[in-house]
Amino acid sequence: MCLAIPGKIIDLDTRKQSATVEYGGGTKRKTNVSLVEVKIGDYVLVHAGFAIQVIDEKEALETLALFREMLSQEDE
Amino acid sequence: MFALRDKKLADDIISKITKAKMQLRFMHVCGTHQDTLVKHGLDVLLRKCGIEIGQGPGCPVCVTTPKEIEEILLLAKRGMMITTFGDMTRVPGVTSSLQQMKTEGCDVQIVYSIEDALSLAEKQKEKDVVFMAVGFETTAPTTASVILQDPPSNFSVLCCHRLIPPALHAILKMGEIKIDGFIEPGHVSTIIGINPYNFISKEYHVPQVIAGFEPLDLLMAAWMLVRQIKEGNIEVENEYTRAVNSQGNIKAQKILKQVFEPIDVKWRGFPKIPRSGLKLRKKYDIYDARIKYEDELCKLSKEEYPEPIGCLCGEVLRGLISSKQCPLFSRECTPETPVGPCMVSSEGSCHIEYLYSKK
Repeated sequence: MCLAIPGKIIDLDTRKQSATVEYGGGTKRKTNVSLVEVKIGDYVLVHAGFAIQVIDEKEALETLALFREMLSQEDE
Repeated sequence: MFALRDKKLADDIISKITKAKMQLRFMHVCGTHQDTLVKHGLDVLLRKCGIEIGQGPGCPVCVTTPKEIEEILLLAKRGMMITTFGDMTRVPGVTSSLQQMKTEGCDVQIVYSIEDALSLAEKQKEKDVVFMAVGFETTAPTTASVILQDPPSNFSVLCCHRLIPPALHAILKMGEIKIDGFIEPGHVSTIIGINPYNFISKEYHVPQVIAGFEPLDLLMAAWMLVRQIKEGNIEVENEYTRAVNSQGNIKAQKILKQVFEPIDVKWRGFPKIPRSGLKLRKKYDIYDARIKYEDELCKLSKEEYPEPIGCLCGEVLRGLISSKQCPLFSRECTPETPVGPCMVSSEGSCHIEYLYSKK
């Protein structure tokens, strides 16, 4: 139930606190954004119809490199 | 989107854990973590290098008490439209289940989001619509957000939300099993951040790592716990940096605080855990199903209702036994004929064990 799916905000209506979020494979869904501060282009985690957090895109793309760095530190 | 797959990295992590030559037992509290661990065979892989990882009370449907099930069944019987997440409808209570009552003509609607429940209430003003709100800190803000939208007066919430850190504390305080480290749930942590876990490491000297949901996230978290123990540096670390920051989601925390107050509640298999549940604040009494339908609900026994006969979900949720150690597992108790909630919910460890052991 605590599963949350990452998606990208492609349209935003701040007055209605609603956004269109695009998931992998082109699926799009209306999402409530009342719990987050977001702008178009942000990646968010969506849980039960609500965006619950903005994903740090840079951190996400660098996660594997970060893991490798942590493992190599251990060898020193 | 942002999938993390790298076999060499996985091999490197396993090799490091193996070299540490430790015999350790970790607990996580998240059905999605359990799914990743069992689906990818990481539980077996880690056991070979000395690490046992089991699921604690990390399944919101599973920890909902028999009494709460009886509350919602009674409201269904009295003609309210009951809305809730799918798994919840199949949990057997003492007298019936929501799914069974639906076949007998009661109005039970499965929803994906509390917003779907709200929209049913808006469309059918003549119906009393009750949303059974289960879930941890990840889900509770969605309930809070809807309450702040001034729902119509025919809408109310049977609040069964629960909080993770008090449950971790309760497990350690009960002292029934030795836990060498906690893998903390990533999506609960997106909301609460890192700080609410700190007291556990300080008070019980138990390391904790907040983890994401990819196989590599969990291997990495296991290794980070091993490293903390090896180096004697016990703290809360964050592996899931792409989604969890130290403060958490401050906006969601404010909304939670505005709408809810913490209360002492029982969890299935546990005694009452201090400040581990959420209740709507007095200002929102009109949306609190327990107050709105007090005259009906007071007919239920004040005492807790019994667990199904022979069901060991309580022991599974406290981490005392694995699903396979329950005598009912895969015999009387299967996903088609569940005896307890851990076999019903897609986040329950019995359901997950059954699902992948058949493949």
